Amino acid sequence: MRWQPLALTLLLLALSGGLLLLGTSVGAQGLDAALWQAPSLVTELRLPRSLAAWGCGALLGLAGAIAQGLFRNPLADPYLLGASAGASLGVALALVLAGSAGGALMAGSGWGLNLAAFAGAWAALGLTVLLSRGVSHTPRLLLAGVIVGVVLAAATQGLTLLDPSTLRPMQSFMLGSTSLLGWSQVALSLPLLAIALLLALMSSRTLDALGLGEATARSLGLPLDGTRALLLALLALCSGAAVAQCGLVAFVGLVAPHTVRALGVSRYRWLLPLSAISGGGLLLAADIVSRWVAAPIELPVGLPTALLGGAYLLSRLPRGEAR
Amino acid sequence: MRTLLSHLLAWASAALLSSAALANTGPLTHTDDLGRQVTLRAPPQRIVAIGPSLVESLCAVGGCDRLVGVDRFSNHPAMVNALPKLGGLGEVSLEQVLRLKPDLVLLTPASRLHDRIAQLGLPVLALDAQSLPEVRRLLRHMAVLVGAPERAEAVWAQMQREIDAAAAELPSSWHGRSVYFEVDPTPYAAGEASFIGAVLARLQLKNIVPAALGTFPQLNPEFVIRAQPALVIVGQREAPNLAQRPGWAGVPAVRHGRVCALPRADGDVVGRPGPRVGDAARALVRCVRALPPP
Repeated sequence: MRWQPLALTLLLLALSGGLLLLGTSVGAQGLDAALWQAPSLVTELRLPRSLAAWGCGALLGLAGAIAQGLFRNPLADPYLLGASAGASLGVALALVLAGSAGGALMAGSGWGLNLAAFAGAWAALGLTVLLSRGVSHTPRLLLAGVIVGVVLAAATQGLTLLDPSTLRPMQSFMLGSTSLLGWSQVALSLPLLAIALLLALMSSRTLDALGLGEATARSLGLPLDGTRALLLALLALCSGAAVAQCGLVAFVGLVAPHTVRALGVSRYRWLLPLSAISGGGLLLAADIVSRWVAAPIELPVGLPTALLGGAYLLSRLPRGEAR
Repeated sequence: MRTLLSHLLAWASAALLSSAALANTGPLTHTDDLGRQVTLRAPPQRIVAIGPSLVESLCAVGGCDRLVGVDRFSNHPAMVNALPKLGGLGEVSLEQVLRLKPDLVLLTPASRLHDRIAQLGLPVLALDAQSLPEVRRLLRHMAVLVGAPERAEAVWAQMQREIDAAAAELPSSWHGRSVYFEVDPTPYAAGEASFIGAVLARLQLKNIVPAALGTFPQLNPEFVIRAQPALVIVGQREAPNLAQRPGWAGVPAVRHGRVCALPRADGDVVGRPGPRVGDAARALVRCVRALPPP
């Protein structure tokens, strides 16, 4: 199926708009008419939560598209370079230290765990780049990312075992959580998304060229190393911000670019924004599912994303074989 | 024929009764919370208990002197601090357990060690409590294990007196007020069906989380805001963040400063379903009394 990119953009935006409307109508009692009866619930809770969930998903979708282009690997996802492991370690550390003075300072800042996750993600990515001695060698970069991921994950496990009171918050972080998102998260994620998208679009030609191979891209005279460093920073920014707000949401960053490619879009000029929009839609849909199916009990948002994403990837599988 | 049958039945029930009476010495089959049966030839003398609730319950019925090893988090009563610590709740040093030569290992059902320890030939029971009636059952189980079943009821009765005494300390203006008890900022709540929920009910507070939602459900924050609780009980760590959560500033408890921040030191008491539920009730009342009365 081939779509005109512009038509597809409008369609996906309309879909996100519909989901947003649904998101403002689903709450602790399932579907209701709070939009008219209790507008404050909608403006204070459901609208910011839905928008921030969408923003989180969009950041992940964009990061996924960047990662897949940068590493020329369709299985690359935003967590590839250790960002997720770093963020988890940051959160675990913050939870363990919460009793101490430093922890109290952080809790008082109001950002608390978000800040810890963001710092952790950046530190892990920095470590990865350091270990791979720069960004120019892709396999070395990937390998360093895997190593950093494994080591930091082990450290996180160790910390969690040390203090079992951190088990539950850690679990909710690992499975992703959208339940406490508010306007401050919207104010952070949407402008960030706009900036990151703009900067990524400026590098879209390089991403297209990279698809032809590194040597070819170089022979086209593109400033490869500089662009690659920029894209890597964007990847870290997007995935770090998303993880800090919503925890380790699975699959969105992987599935969103694939969805867009399956619809016939291959140029990064379109792939980047469309991945963001579909990632946002996917996470918002998962958020709505997670608060609807067992209301007022909530499921971790990672469950529906993994289910939706897994089912989608599975549906793509047989067609791939038939070709 | 009928008389023979009734004779047989009478004989069988007499035999059952006498075996129950002789429970102190004879072999006894225990069924644990995983539905597994373990037959102990004699009351155990060297017990390893992994889990603070289990340790406290065993000690409450006078089994403390039979403990030879506990987990790292068990710290009550004080004498267990002198015992070998065998590890956390998930990872326990099997070698150390074996070296202690226990004749019974007590675990929680969530532990993954059950099968491995059973394979090593040690009798192992998985026991747990989430609700107040389950705490009573746990105490009974422990009392049977130490061969003094009557002690469980004495401990239980003492707990009831403590809870009632604590409840009497709470000013009556609090009675009937709605309460939200947050276990964890996920947010996980303590529902009516949990042991904390039962204590709150005895304090005549109205839990906003009905029993139908389970013992410790993870809730949509909107549910809490809609319920408009007059009192919120939350860990000290999370208390300062409540007002910053989207929409929470309007919750009556937050608006009127009726947020009870449980000190970390009380976390052990309030978080452990066991014989110290009376202490938990006292800690809750102490915390609530310090707030402006409604």
